[in-house]
Amino acid sequence: MQTVKMVVTGPFSAGKTEFIQSVSEIDVVSTERKISSDGEKMVKEATTVAMDFGRITVDEDLVLYLFGTPGQKRFDFMWEILSEGMLGFIVMVDSARPETFREARGILQTFRAYAPTPYVVAANKQDAEDAWEVDDMRHALRLDSKIKLLPCVATNRKSVKTVLLELLYSILAEMESGG
Amino acid sequence: MALRGNLRDFTITQLLNLINLAHKTGTLIVDGPNETAQVAFREGKLAYAAIGQEDNSLATILHKGSKLTANQYLAIKQRSDHVSDKELGLLLINAGYVSQEDILASLQQYFIDITRRLFTWVEGFFRFENDMLPPEDRINIRLDLENLIIEGSRQLREWEQLQDEIPSLEMALKFTDRPGANLRNINLSVEEWRVVSYITPKNTISQIAKATKMNELEIRRIVYGLLQAGLVEIVRPEGAPLPMTSNMFPTQDKEEQKSLVNRLIKRIRSM
Ligand SMILES: Nc1nc2c(ncn2[C@@H]2O[C@H](COP(=O)(O)OP(=O)(O)O)[C@@H](O)[C@H]2O)c(=O)[nH]1
Ligand SMILES: [Mg+2]
Repeated sequence: MQTVKMVVTGPFSAGKTEFIQSVSEIDVVSTERKISSDGEKMVKEATTVAMDFGRITVDEDLVLYLFGTPGQKRFDFMWEILSEGMLGFIVMVDSARPETFREARGILQTFRAYAPTPYVVAANKQDAEDAWEVDDMRHALRLDSKIKLLPCVATNRKSVKTVLLELLYSILAEMESGG
Repeated sequence: MALRGNLRDFTITQLLNLINLAHKTGTLIVDGPNETAQVAFREGKLAYAAIGQEDNSLATILHKGSKLTANQYLAIKQRSDHVSDKELGLLLINAGYVSQEDILASLQQYFIDITRRLFTWVEGFFRFENDMLPPEDRINIRLDLENLIIEGSRQLREWEQLQDEIPSLEMALKFTDRPGANLRNINLSVEEWRVVSYITPKNTISQIAKATKMNELEIRRIVYGLLQAGLVEIVRPEGAPLPMTSNMFPTQDKEEQKSLVNRLIKRIRSM
């Protein structure tokens, strides 16, 4: 059995879990959303690392794993570990929360420094009333026109598929250009 | 739709940068601590500004800029109720009291002053109204935003914020190929020029810091300003080893790798 992986990253609450859940065959292992009271939260955080993990079986001998990066900053040592060997990564950004754009830029830069793999940026929650337009987000996130910034609604499977496909097309293009 | 938020999270400088890059036309409305400011733009250039109840009539601006004497000012103020700024400007030019350059320079100075005041607002709701333009009878200017952006980015940034923006000093810088980003038209400081002279995709930021004898905070601050002004972008250093590509695929064969990606594409399309 061969496996490949992609990483889904982005600020807390950007929609990483939702994104992976929309296409995964298995229930995404995520503890973050189940946390209710503060007391419970402390106990759970001590015992579980809130991390998403999804799977798409391609055929008998190929499986794609999707890893969501843990939201809390104190787990960011995991980023480098997770990014090892990834085919590419997706940066999720909540289009309706400009207060997270700075963090998103930082996360993007961090991952670019880890690995030279292709990536796409998903302008998520485009269905939200306060969502910024994709063109405005491109400038706010300081993305070069060559970088794919895709409108996304993570709760919508078709939308998630498009983002994954765009990343795969970028990977293929990179391979064909000899990169 | 919405281009709105709080200055806490998205600064005036960042907004100016966005307006500049996107060539936006419309009015930025900012609810500050004590008053509301409106700054209008045409195709990404500063056109007009007003703040609170402040009198921004042409006569007052010219008077403040010492282009009109107190007596001239008083005469105009008392008797030109029904004359628009545009009409007044023409009358004054035709009468030889001021030149067109005087008028534009005074307005520019005043609008820049308002924008500079906004730099000091750390909190306040903002929204950008597309296509909303200043009143017809007001005189507009056309001012490139780059210098204001660079000036705004020089304002002290929190160390943590700078670290968020530029997490790794092992990345390199490259000039953006954006049309209109012209270094010569921008007022860079000596330190900024020193950094600029070392920018090539071959040099990492930490190498530039070493060469220019800057510490991490200093180099981050300068790089941040250049980034904000849209002059440079962060890239992977040229010729750097590619540490983590080897195990991306379960096979080293290029054709097998391509076939694998194609299988992934086919699978996801079929979902
Ligand atoms: N309206 C809307 N809500 C979304 C979307 N994506 C995620 N959400 C919601 O946003 C919240 C945070 O999403 P989650 O996936 O847990 O974020 P994470 O912290 O990045 O894993 C959840 O309540 C999701 O249901 C979207 O595209 N549109
Ligand atoms: Mg999550």
